[in-house]
Amino acid sequence: MTTAAARRSAALSSRIAGFPFPFRADTYRYSTNVEPARVPVATEAGGWGGGILDIDGEYAAELAERERILAADPTRLTVLPHMRPACWDALRTLLRELAAQHPDMMELRRDGDELVWRNELLGIEQRFRDGDDDTLPGGPLGFLGSQIQDDIVLLDQREGSLWADAGLVTFAADWSLHFDVGMRFLEVHGPVPRVHEEGVISRAERFLMRLQPGQEYRRTNWTMSVDRRLDQSTEVYPLWGRDRRLIAEAPADELAERLQLRVEVQHLIRLGASGAVLFLIRTYLLSLAELAQVPAWRTRFGRVLAELPDDMAEYKGLTRFRRAAADWLLPDS
Amino acid sequence: MTLKLVVRRSTEIAEGIREIVMTRPDDGPLPAHPPGSHVVVDCGPQRNAYSLTNCGIDPGAYTVAVLRRPTADGGSGGSEQMHRFQPGDRVALSPPRSAFPPVSTARRHLLIAGGIGITPLLSHARNAVRWGADVRLLYVHRPGAGAYADELSELLGERAQRVTEKSEFSVLLRQALVSQPMGTHLYVCGPAALMDRVLQEAAAAGWPPQRLHLERFTPAELDPGQPFTASLGRSRRQVSVPAGTSLLEALENAGVEVPNMCRQGVCGECRVPVLAGRPLHRDEFLSEDERVAGDSVMCCVSRSETETLEVDL
Repeated sequence: MTTAAARRSAALSSRIAGFPFPFRADTYRYSTNVEPARVPVATEAGGWGGGILDIDGEYAAELAERERILAADPTRLTVLPHMRPACWDALRTLLRELAAQHPDMMELRRDGDELVWRNELLGIEQRFRDGDDDTLPGGPLGFLGSQIQDDIVLLDQREGSLWADAGLVTFAADWSLHFDVGMRFLEVHGPVPRVHEEGVISRAERFLMRLQPGQEYRRTNWTMSVDRRLDQSTEVYPLWGRDRRLIAEAPADELAERLQLRVEVQHLIRLGASGAVLFLIRTYLLSLAELAQVPAWRTRFGRVLAELPDDMAEYKGLTRFRRAAADWLLPDS
Repeated sequence: MTLKLVVRRSTEIAEGIREIVMTRPDDGPLPAHPPGSHVVVDCGPQRNAYSLTNCGIDPGAYTVAVLRRPTADGGSGGSEQMHRFQPGDRVALSPPRSAFPPVSTARRHLLIAGGIGITPLLSHARNAVRWGADVRLLYVHRPGAGAYADELSELLGERAQRVTEKSEFSVLLRQALVSQPMGTHLYVCGPAALMDRVLQEAAAAGWPPQRLHLERFTPAELDPGQPFTASLGRSRRQVSVPAGTSLLEALENAGVEVPNMCRQGVCGECRVPVLAGRPLHRDEFLSEDERVAGDSVMCCVSRSETETLEVDL
């Protein structure tokens, strides 16, 4: 094997080993599938979930991608004015979290009335004044988004509801932060089928509203996409929508290489000082060909896709290719 | 979870009111909290809730102010114990709980405090000043018992009004209730009679209820509940569930595996079919109909009304 090929293979296997395979059964339905954060999960290929933030082999590439997307469309970062304290709270909380997980590479220290953030993975040292937006490039939320791979949404709690009032989202799966910002939690989830009749969303909202300072939970969500394209925001639908239609016609090998299981590990954290709910969305992509290297995943995902009710497949945008994907995953059935 | 802190300072700051400052034994950082949060402190046989007056951003210490309140029968209430704490004493308390936070979209915050009710509103005032929010304070107290008078006047200047005469308070309250900009939120903390009066007058002056906030203490946790026995229909075993132990924990301790996720009565994962007995539902998952049917129970939080609950396990 050449050095480059060896490196590719190592990267590939670490991607599989750390992949948060989300299915606990051969069928999938919506549920309020929250569980305490920071609990490691062992999978057939490795594991995930020991911490809140996961820096992996895609770190530099995904941060560069976010910077490019933000430069092209600054509305991906939207903060309503009353959310400034929450943005600073999120920044302090997560920089500290990074430093605790990577003490050899990262540090947040106080120097007089300034804070100093050092991140050797990116080769940066940044001085800023807590609460002073002008001292950080991009403001607190923009800067935070340049240090972690997760998309960020901040929910304010008032009038008996949660409101999605700030965020930095560059890797949305078929939604738009700019469209949703300022909406209530129930309104944001308006288009999701089934969940309202089943009370899933209002139950989730009640749960989130009862979280006390510092409590941390997580859940997973999933969909599928074509190629390793993280940005599937509504704003750029013309760039990715077409591939969803065409992929079903592709030869089997191409289908398996290009079609990805897209999993979001979402963290829900009640921030201490501001009382806002911090919603982190970390997106992982794994092609069907990669997934198939783990036989148990191949079979289970194939069965989930084959059984998924039509309305759920339609909402997730899988209608055109899910049969072809299930057939590839389950060749003997 | 319980925090084990050390009393660093106890100072009489006004007549009958002591300020108590607590830190970690190693002076390490404490959990951050929103303005208006409280902690539940173990004080002798009782557990009392006290508002935190410190800034909730990166707190190095928790500060409470306690009015000494002898109980009606002359016995010693929790506040007596709080007043007896000396520097160096250990104290156990809950992490901060938020039940009286500021509304972030308020155009103005109107804070109304009666006596020791100033404590949560002091942290509101500090937060408003830090973030440049529009804030006003009306503070009434007995002569000599004006805790934090100096801090407040330094913090708020002209924006604070402090009175000791009831008649003067009545005039200022009436003025305050009719002179705020639209979008003002009102926060009141003090004796029950004062809170009732402020809310009544505000309602009469046309304030919508969503703009009125008063300090309410919420129960810190689900109560430990009564002990009962889980009778396992399939394996014909009896598992006793003591007070303070959940049915799920008791089953796990007995080696019975039940799928579960949130352990908070929300996700629905740990639902167990009930064959006999009446469940005491404490979850958020089951619908009203399902509760009435009584044929399943979320074993992570719910218990039994009957001495024995027979489950299909």
